[in-house]
Amino acid sequence: MSDHQHNDHENHHHAHGHSHDHDHSELSETELRVRALESILVEKGYVDPAALDALIETYETRVGPRNGAHVVAKAWSDPAFRDWLLRDATAAIHSLGYIGRQGEHMVALENTPQLHNVVVCTLCSCYPWPVLGLPPVWYKSAPYRSRVVRDPRGVLAEFGTTLPETTGIRVWDSTAEVRYLVIPMRPEGTEGWNEERLAALVNRDSMIGTTLATSPNELAAAGDPS
Amino acid sequence: MNGAQDMGGQMGFGPVAPEADEPLFHAAWERRVLALTLAMGATGQWNIDASRHARESIPPADYLSKSYYEIWLAGMEKLLAERDLVSPEELDAGKALTPPRELSRILKAEDVAATLAKGGPADRPVDREALFGPGDAVRTRIMHPVGHTRLPRYARGAPGVIERVHGAHVFPDTNAHGLGENPQWLYSVAFKGTDIWGPDSDPGLSLRLDLWEPYLERT
Repeated sequence: MSDHQHNDHENHHHAHGHSHDHDHSELSETELRVRALESILVEKGYVDPAALDALIETYETRVGPRNGAHVVAKAWSDPAFRDWLLRDATAAIHSLGYIGRQGEHMVALENTPQLHNVVVCTLCSCYPWPVLGLPPVWYKSAPYRSRVVRDPRGVLAEFGTTLPETTGIRVWDSTAEVRYLVIPMRPEGTEGWNEERLAALVNRDSMIGTTLATSPNELAAAGDPS
Repeated sequence: MNGAQDMGGQMGFGPVAPEADEPLFHAAWERRVLALTLAMGATGQWNIDASRHARESIPPADYLSKSYYEIWLAGMEKLLAERDLVSPEELDAGKALTPPRELSRILKAEDVAATLAKGGPADRPVDREALFGPGDAVRTRIMHPVGHTRLPRYARGAPGVIERVHGAHVFPDTNAHGLGENPQWLYSVAFKGTDIWGPDSDPGLSLRLDLWEPYLERT
């Protein structure tokens, strides 16, 4: 069970979302502590090593923002689904098979030219796992959690997002077990696109509200084959 | 509690730094911490509110110097010690020093998918009516409980309007401390930016928070 413990070391960018810089010895100390904890929990029979692997595999391969992109693309192309999603997001999202932990009570928020929605959890890291997967580091970081409730336009600018002054901003602080999914505005120039093509425009951050959906031009520039 | 976790409106943390093509984990141990946290959560030895409280009880200087999964690790260590599951001495020794406690639930690999799909719904039936309805003017209470709460500091003592009734949900303020689920009506409450931040607020800003009935009073 320990043969996968070092395989992504090259991905370690020390990007923990705050200014504290971990030197190597500190990192090793944490690694050793986690390894000790895991071996004690297994030795005591509290956790099943195979269950740990199954949990990791679920969030690494099955649950991620593609799920949410599917929901949004369907809402863009199917008015009845959009209405259902806005009325009862839990049921509408569950109907596509995205269900469970951290998505038990869902609410969908539709962005319009008049109103832009942004989601945060200032107290911890509440995030709709079944549709977006695990949250990125910035979502859990002090700069985002502290500032987006007070200066959302400033935070959005750090994502390269500028909204018209006339667009109101509504910030949703996920203080309970209700989880929020933003439906970004459908980009122009996508008339007649099917759900699958549309889904490629729905980037993760647009479903949190810190960016807009990807435009067809941006998608082409990124070299996406779809 | 007024811990370091209650970040809304704090200043001085600098800009947000989104990472392009961010990996799901930044070190191998992070994925182990995630899995251990979920697997131990499934034993039912604590609930989600208790685990949030364990993390927010980390002294502020420690909390702010830890990465997110380091906070999870510290919270889990605290819960394991409090429940006599794993002692700090065992962690230092790297091996079990006392016999295990008998746990009634252990998450098995074959049950992972079903357990995650089931999740942990927080809504509960209650036999009393909601005190407030959509459109009602309310004010959040001024309160500084030493225990767990989900009313952020920045939103205390503020006027708002009930927008939606979510139903009755488990009340974190008691559930975190083993004092029962004590379900309370939960509302989505609308606030104007200027009522929270004063005249400096972005005039186009409004906020929505999910707040339990005991956090609110009628105005």
